[in-house]
Amino acid sequence: MSHENTQQSPQEDFAPFIEIKDNYNFWYGPTQVLFDLNLNIPKQQVTAFIGPSGCGKSTLLRSINRMNDLIDGIKHAGDIIVGGQSIYDPSLEVISLRKRIGMVFQKYNPFPKSIYENIVFSLRIAGRNRKSELDDVVERSLRGAALWDEVKDRLHESALSMSGGQMQRLCIARAIANNPEVLLMDEPCSALDPIATGKVEELIHELKKDFTIVIVTHNMQQAARVSDRTAFFYLGKLIEYDVTDNIFMNPLSEQTEAYVSGRFG
Amino acid sequence: MQRYFHQELEAIRSKLILIGEKANAAACLAVEGFIESDLEKILNALELDDEIDRLEVEIDRDAVRYISLRSPVSSDVRLIFVAIKASHDLERAGDEAHSIAKHTRKILTREGKVPDMVGIETMSRQAFAMLRDALTSFLEEDLELARRIIERDKEVDRINKENFKQLSQGISRDHGEACSKIETIFISKSIERIADHAKNLAEEVTYLLTGK
Repeated sequence: MSHENTQQSPQEDFAPFIEIKDNYNFWYGPTQVLFDLNLNIPKQQVTAFIGPSGCGKSTLLRSINRMNDLIDGIKHAGDIIVGGQSIYDPSLEVISLRKRIGMVFQKYNPFPKSIYENIVFSLRIAGRNRKSELDDVVERSLRGAALWDEVKDRLHESALSMSGGQMQRLCIARAIANNPEVLLMDEPCSALDPIATGKVEELIHELKKDFTIVIVTHNMQQAARVSDRTAFFYLGKLIEYDVTDNIFMNPLSEQTEAYVSGRFG
Repeated sequence: MQRYFHQELEAIRSKLILIGEKANAAACLAVEGFIESDLEKILNALELDDEIDRLEVEIDRDAVRYISLRSPVSSDVRLIFVAIKASHDLERAGDEAHSIAKHTRKILTREGKVPDMVGIETMSRQAFAMLRDALTSFLEEDLELARRIIERDKEVDRINKENFKQLSQGISRDHGEACSKIETIFISKSIERIADHAKNLAEEVTYLLTGK
């Protein structure tokens, strides 16, 4: 079987918002973890990265907002374009890039502050302290994260008093407070029970109306349920990338078929 | 919690109702064409067949997609399973309507008028009522209605046998008339099969509602 033949599907009738291009490669020190990746991610859709542990999907996700820069000894080749601009453009400040790209992590990580202060944290750092503006952002973000009705009467209580599912939705509210263009989600439901997972999946379905979403998930059923397009990675290579219906109903690659049907390994 | 993809199940359910209505409409038109010797109704019945076939393919495709992407369990799985089986039964009922229309067209082309209608009208009234009630039992999740339909099939079978007896006894040496009577036997058999499909649908609804 040839990876090259199946890497890019012919069904690509969209203008990409995120372009991973020029054979993107990535190394942690001497170890290469991503190999010659090229894929285009559409605007205001959900794109899922799937694959077994160590396949590079989280590394690629974290490359998009240069989160990997925090690690010593990393190196890349190729380019990533977000909204028409290279993320490696020397004139681009990483802070401004991360304002455009919100991120939600596997384990919810609210600050040990009130619900309100969690959401306005980044605005306060930017020196925006006008109460009416902050109030607006808090309401908009919590509504956007489908959390407003549950917490509007206790905005000044500690975020740590919330349930796990609520904390994760608070982290999503915090991520959208800056009105980013892109939301990156790294296993956002793996620490949640099925009901909280269902609520986050519903939320993802709503959020794609406003944001371009890329989600890494180990849960293939989740990828099938929430995503419009799915990319399957194995050992740092992109094996297949297509609309989700095709990946789960009729993949081109035997490796993809084996993985999505649970026959892998 | 209602999930966004549950709308896709509703869409499958709606398509199943639609294919049922089309199959019923085709059967009614075909038999009305037979009883009234109305060629226009026959042609209208024949036209519905393609739509019915297309809907069956769509339902199968939607069902496979739902299983592949939505990981259904419990009553959702039963609905998908029933959708696949019921759409097949309804498509077959549509095929029988098509067959009734074609045999009637032959009779009308040869004789201009149906010579012997035997018990077709009574029989079709009962068979098509079974079909409509089976659809209603699905739509309204009415287990009692579904169960009663299963019993009603016997009466349609009885009329079909009676029709066969009456028509075969009367077959004469007149070739044209003999042919029309044989066509009418086929028509009677098709109506009997439509009732069988209605019975199958009722059994599928029973399974959907009870899991048994």
